[in-house]
Amino acid sequence: MSKKLRVATTSLAGCFGCHMSFLDIDERLLTLLDLVEFDRSPINDIKHCGPCDIGIIEGGVCNAENVHVLHEFRKNCKILIAIGACAINGGLPAQRNHLDLGSCLTEVYLTEPGLAHGHIPNDPELPLPLDKVHPLHEVVKIDYFIPGCPPSGDAIWKFLTDLIAGKTPELGHGLIKYD
Amino acid sequence: MLPDNDPRFDAPARKWMDELISRHGGDASRLLQILIEVQEHFGHIPPAVAIRLSGALDIPYARIENVASFYSFLHLNPQGEYRVLFSDNITDRMLGSETLMEQMCQLLWLQPGKVSEDGLVSIGPTSCTGMCDQGPAMLVNGRAITRLTHQRVQEIAQLIRNRTPLSDWPADFFKVDDDVRRSGLLLDNKLAYGEVLHAALAAGGQNIVDVIKASGLRGRGGAGFPTGQKWEACRNAEGNRHFVVCNADEGEPGTFKDRVLLTRQADLVFEGMTLCALAVGARKGFLYLRGEYRYLLEPLRAVLQRRRDSNLLGESILGKPGFDFDIDIHLGAGAYICGEESALIESLEGKRGVPRNRPPFPVTHGYMMQPTAVDNVETFCQAALAMHMGADKYRAIGTEKSSGSKLISVSGDCAYPGIYEYPFGVTVREILQDCGAVNTRAVQISGPSGICVGENEFNRKLGFEDLPTAGAFMVFDDSRDMFEVARNFVHFFAHESCGFCTPCRVGTSILKQTLDKIADGHGTQYDLAEVENLDRVLQTSSHCGLGRTACNPVLHTLKHFRPAYENKLKSLMFSPAFDLDGSLARARQMTGRDDAGAHLKENE
Repeated sequence: MSKKLRVATTSLAGCFGCHMSFLDIDERLLTLLDLVEFDRSPINDIKHCGPCDIGIIEGGVCNAENVHVLHEFRKNCKILIAIGACAINGGLPAQRNHLDLGSCLTEVYLTEPGLAHGHIPNDPELPLPLDKVHPLHEVVKIDYFIPGCPPSGDAIWKFLTDLIAGKTPELGHGLIKYD
Repeated sequence: MLPDNDPRFDAPARKWMDELISRHGGDASRLLQILIEVQEHFGHIPPAVAIRLSGALDIPYARIENVASFYSFLHLNPQGEYRVLFSDNITDRMLGSETLMEQMCQLLWLQPGKVSEDGLVSIGPTSCTGMCDQGPAMLVNGRAITRLTHQRVQEIAQLIRNRTPLSDWPADFFKVDDDVRRSGLLLDNKLAYGEVLHAALAAGGQNIVDVIKASGLRGRGGAGFPTGQKWEACRNAEGNRHFVVCNADEGEPGTFKDRVLLTRQADLVFEGMTLCALAVGARKGFLYLRGEYRYLLEPLRAVLQRRRDSNLLGESILGKPGFDFDIDIHLGAGAYICGEESALIESLEGKRGVPRNRPPFPVTHGYMMQPTAVDNVETFCQAALAMHMGADKYRAIGTEKSSGSKLISVSGDCAYPGIYEYPFGVTVREILQDCGAVNTRAVQISGPSGICVGENEFNRKLGFEDLPTAGAFMVFDDSRDMFEVARNFVHFFAHESCGFCTPCRVGTSILKQTLDKIADGHGTQYDLAEVENLDRVLQTSSHCGLGRTACNPVLHTLKHFRPAYENKLKSLMFSPAFDLDGSLARARQMTGRDDAGAHLKENE
């Protein structure tokens, strides 16, 4: 048995739906654990990733912290996969793209009563939002895309097992849906 | 019912509408033609009018919006009283159209794409208007204006500010020259009106098909399908009614020969169409005229009327009982895709111009699903000539697989832009010499969807054996950046994609973004490789030729002028598509932060 592959996952501007879908591979998770070892992931709560073979990222890029995490993944992962509609297109969070960020912040924190005591939060601990939400591939090079909102557990399973077996992953009929 | 409170919909407007609807026979297949007239009358398509139309034509309101939203020249929202559109072909740009548009926006205090606050004027770009030999050109409320200069733009701005009606503008502005520089058998023909028909009538339908087949005539719209074969298939197709359609939706940027033919040789075009009607057994024909050539509508109608009066159209043509044929002119409204024959037929039927699934082809299932022969303007002229000359004499001109002559629309960096007629087989170099082009770097043959040839290929020949062409011949000298040429074409395709199939709708936009990324200095080798991947997707999965050819401008210029791309790339394998730190600027401004965490480095 060759060395186990290291896999890291994270969610940026996403809803964790893709991760939930990932868990839908159910008991096959045990088979997967025979083949891979998890680095940074919400599954084990490791905070930073080291050198990995595969990185899987859900969600788009909406703030400075997302950019840092994405850079960390790109630096450490040989193969980087964008999973789900938000990572690939920006998805729901990108609906704010046609609004000016300034008027969004004004509307939320200044115009509407009851939030942040009437000022826009400026604590250095908080990551600043980008003026637009971007898909991952506009910030770093992405090697593979798993489409879907979310992709099904079966699609994720097929994709990962193909990849681990050294084949170019292919989602055939039934695993990609167009409706 | 009709909201009476709509201020633009008073009693005269109602009367005008009723008259319009009855003139079109309340026929829903005339919807596009009706909407074009509404647009001309009201300056846009007001909701109240659309509601009334939906009642009168017995079609859902959604269908009206569906059609109106497809065509660039139809507007569902109020536009400026003066709608100014600058032709945005690369040849217009090379003549300085961008600065002129900026100048005009400044003079009239507005931004491109917006309507001025007083509702007076809107300014924006539009796809090539077919005036490449006399650009930069614009359309004002659909009327073509040529040879723009800073002075002319200033005068136009003044006329608009004074609200001078378009009919009172100097006639010189609207002058469109033919610029015929070299003529041949087509442009030199001295045929009398009806001469070809007389002979054809004696020969009979099957003989016409045989002559056209034997002449080796191939379609002049670019694809080069054998015309005789098409007519024969249409003649033999089963149907209640047969139709003849002339494709004058000359939208390929850089092409303007059909404009000249319709100006100088309208009779020959109609003679060719009537000849075709005789061959295929049609009683009805359409000329689909692109909206940009709206100014040709009245003169063409006058020619049709004269031909009716001379018994060359109408019932019992030339006294032959049962030979009935008439031609109706339909206008387009700014959609390049309608040049594709099945999209054109959809548009003729008053729908969105979305290409149909093929097969079945129009020769068996065309207009109203009946057998239809669709040919290019020039093809009809050439067919009439071939019929007149006889197959052998016609075939002797040109090359073996490309018989006859071809009109070439020459524009760009040359001393004498205009129309040149050559026998097929002429080399690129000969044309360059004739049009006075010097230091030529490249020629784009047959428009953005065609082929870009570099200096080492100037001995190649125009013809279906080597360089097939619909007629566009855009010349670029060594001062031009071929990357910018390709970028202009790619923007064109993204704008003109009909949106029906995802590969083309999304693919052309991704292609546009990729080239914009390179232009902004964010491009990498990776992006160039991605264009090739994209081409594979578009080639294999697009619904029609637009998507299949959309990557050509980039692939061809990459082949010949790779350094024009490479010197704009960053050396990195990957670079973000936008300025990371810059995208935090708004948030920094709103929060007043400037600490280390409030900044991003491009690559950590």
